[in-house]
Amino acid sequence: MATAAFAEAGADLELVGVHKRFPGFTAIEDLSLTIPAGSFFALLGPSGCGKTTTLRLVAGLEEATAGRILIGGKDVTDTKPFQRPVNTVFQSYALFPHMSIIENVAFGLRRRRIADATAKAHEALSLVELDHLATRRPSQLSGGQQQRVALARAIVNRPALLLLDEPLGALDLKLRRQMQLELKSIQEEVGLTFLHVTHDQEEAMTMADTVAVMNKGQIEQLGAPEVLYELPRTAFVANFLGQSNLFTGPVADTTADSISVNIAGSKIVVPRARAKRHSGQVTIGVRPEKLSLHLTAPEKTAETNVLGPGRVIDVSFSGVSSQYIVAVPGLGSIIVFAQNMGAGPMAPEGAETWVSWKVEHGFGLEDEASAAPRFTADDDTATIAVQKKRALMSELEEA
Amino acid sequence: MTVQEGLVIASAADAPHPPRARRAQFSLGSWLLPVYTALALIFLLIPIAYTFVFSFNNSLKSNISWRGFTLDNWTNVCNAQDVCAAFGNSILIGVVATVVATALGTAIAIALVRYRFRFRSAISLLLFLPMATPEVVLGAGLASEFLGAGVQKGIGTIIVAHIMFCISFVVVTVKARVSSLDPALEEAGRDLYGSPAQVFWRITFPLLLPGIIAAALLSFALSFDDFIITSFNSGSATTFPKFVYISAARGIPAEANVIASAVFLLAIVLVIGQQVTAASRRKRLTRVG
Ligand SMILES: Nc1ncnc2c1ncn2[C@@H]1O[C@H](COP(=O)(O)OP(=O)(O)O)[C@@H](O)[C@H]1O
Ligand SMILES: [Mg+2]
Repeated sequence: MATAAFAEAGADLELVGVHKRFPGFTAIEDLSLTIPAGSFFALLGPSGCGKTTTLRLVAGLEEATAGRILIGGKDVTDTKPFQRPVNTVFQSYALFPHMSIIENVAFGLRRRRIADATAKAHEALSLVELDHLATRRPSQLSGGQQQRVALARAIVNRPALLLLDEPLGALDLKLRRQMQLELKSIQEEVGLTFLHVTHDQEEAMTMADTVAVMNKGQIEQLGAPEVLYELPRTAFVANFLGQSNLFTGPVADTTADSISVNIAGSKIVVPRARAKRHSGQVTIGVRPEKLSLHLTAPEKTAETNVLGPGRVIDVSFSGVSSQYIVAVPGLGSIIVFAQNMGAGPMAPEGAETWVSWKVEHGFGLEDEASAAPRFTADDDTATIAVQKKRALMSELEEA
Repeated sequence: MTVQEGLVIASAADAPHPPRARRAQFSLGSWLLPVYTALALIFLLIPIAYTFVFSFNNSLKSNISWRGFTLDNWTNVCNAQDVCAAFGNSILIGVVATVVATALGTAIAIALVRYRFRFRSAISLLLFLPMATPEVVLGAGLASEFLGAGVQKGIGTIIVAHIMFCISFVVVTVKARVSSLDPALEEAGRDLYGSPAQVFWRITFPLLLPGIIAAALLSFALSFDDFIITSFNSGSATTFPKFVYISAARGIPAEANVIASAVFLLAIVLVIGQQVTAASRRKRLTRVG
């Protein structure tokens, strides 16, 4: 069996054209993805976008409708979960309630008949600082402790690929930060490939080497966190990963290295290299912290874009910075983050202001900003489970 | 009169009332409920007490009038004609029917909850029928089946009949347990390199075990107890309930009282023992946690 020994190192994961259809619902549509060995890869997306389904496909708990899954270059599409060198930290932990903590952790080792299972399990428990609770039952542990046991139970097997399904979801903020650091250092220590699923963009950005933003069963964009943030490709990514100001208008003029777009009477310029579309309607975006507020009309130069005048309709102070919302006629509202350099706000509510930004900070999107969010109901697997249970109950009552 | 005075008077007038009313209710409840409970318990326990007391009766042929205390019935239970044989048959039938019905019923319960297949709801419904049908109908129907098929009635046919009605109870009991089982646990087992058989025996089965044990105890009790279906399908074979019924006409031997009392005492000991271990386990858990 391929899993008879510990993985020496992480393995590549490759998904090729994977589809997953449930009766009446397509959860994953043509997903192709390569995760290099030893990397910390985050799959980021709103609830119900298909993250858990993707992990279950990789773990073998769900069968792909179409497509191939390769781990370390070997096609595992048709193998059973226990034949794959993969372990999962489940969203609900799924600790065995009838076994002690140490038996939970040793379970995988015993199934593979690995020598010294108990000693290795104790080692893994020490790694998550829970060895002193080895004889307890899962129900006697707090949520955070259960989560660490679930992690130890997976890691002790040294899988070539570790799948983590929102493992920090149930923890409070402080414990969460602590666990994020711990996870990251464990990943670096053991050198395995981590595929981490989350809907928390901050978590994805701080932990992962590569982030894939997923929406409606497809990957919208994939790359290093900085790249995704600085140069989002779609309106969904621009808004899901941090905030963005988006303006749509027709292309007025193009040069060898820039594109000008007519937005509410102003010409907004974006570097050609940072724009995905070069003709027709183009959506230009800029991050709120890249904007400057002006109380007098700034001079328009070749290096800056200016919009305005508009009125400040809301100021919220948050210590280091303040957030201003500026309503510009014909454009809607623009969000501006500004450092609090002086005393008091830079512009009071109701003040007439202009906003400007450097041309090089703008980005042009592939699609257009749509008013409605592109993801709809919050139908994750938990909801499905509840619905299934209800159906079952009513069936029972009928019977 | 000032407002304060008014309040004082009002509260002085109100104050004694609610406690008095409450005391009256309490005193009514405090004697009515215990007396009522005691009467109900006495009513329930009289037949058992009677059976127990008369197991020590120095009876001759019939065991109806008190003729003095003796331990002979307890020390020589098997003296009475056929009592022990009937009891042995009941135990054998109960054990075999319980084992078979529990094994089959558990498998059916898992299948009904976990898999979607044709006629699933119909099967669920059909499994309820033996519980809802009058026993006389079931017993008579089965008896004519055996007659039609030319099967010789005896212990074998009693076992088949008991398995039939026990399965329904097993399925209902175990099904509840299966539907409350988190499928993620079995998935975790498969993910942690457990083969399907290992996942079943190390995760599914232990987690279902309380339900399976409850179902087995219920099956045994139902089988041991059954008279109507048994008497239709027993031929010349005798079970303990059938023996008691037949001998009732000419006087039940005191040895039957001994066996009935022993079974009752055993059941009580089992229940108390279970309660005590459960309580001590709870205490241990709370101490550790
Ligand atoms: N067993 C199933 N049957 C039908 N639809 C499902 C099933 N499991 C998941 N889905 C659907 O697939 C979508 C993705 O679910 P999931 O992968 O759990 O999302 P996420 O983990 O990103 O929140 C959801 O919209 C859900 O409705
Ligand atoms: Mg999920």
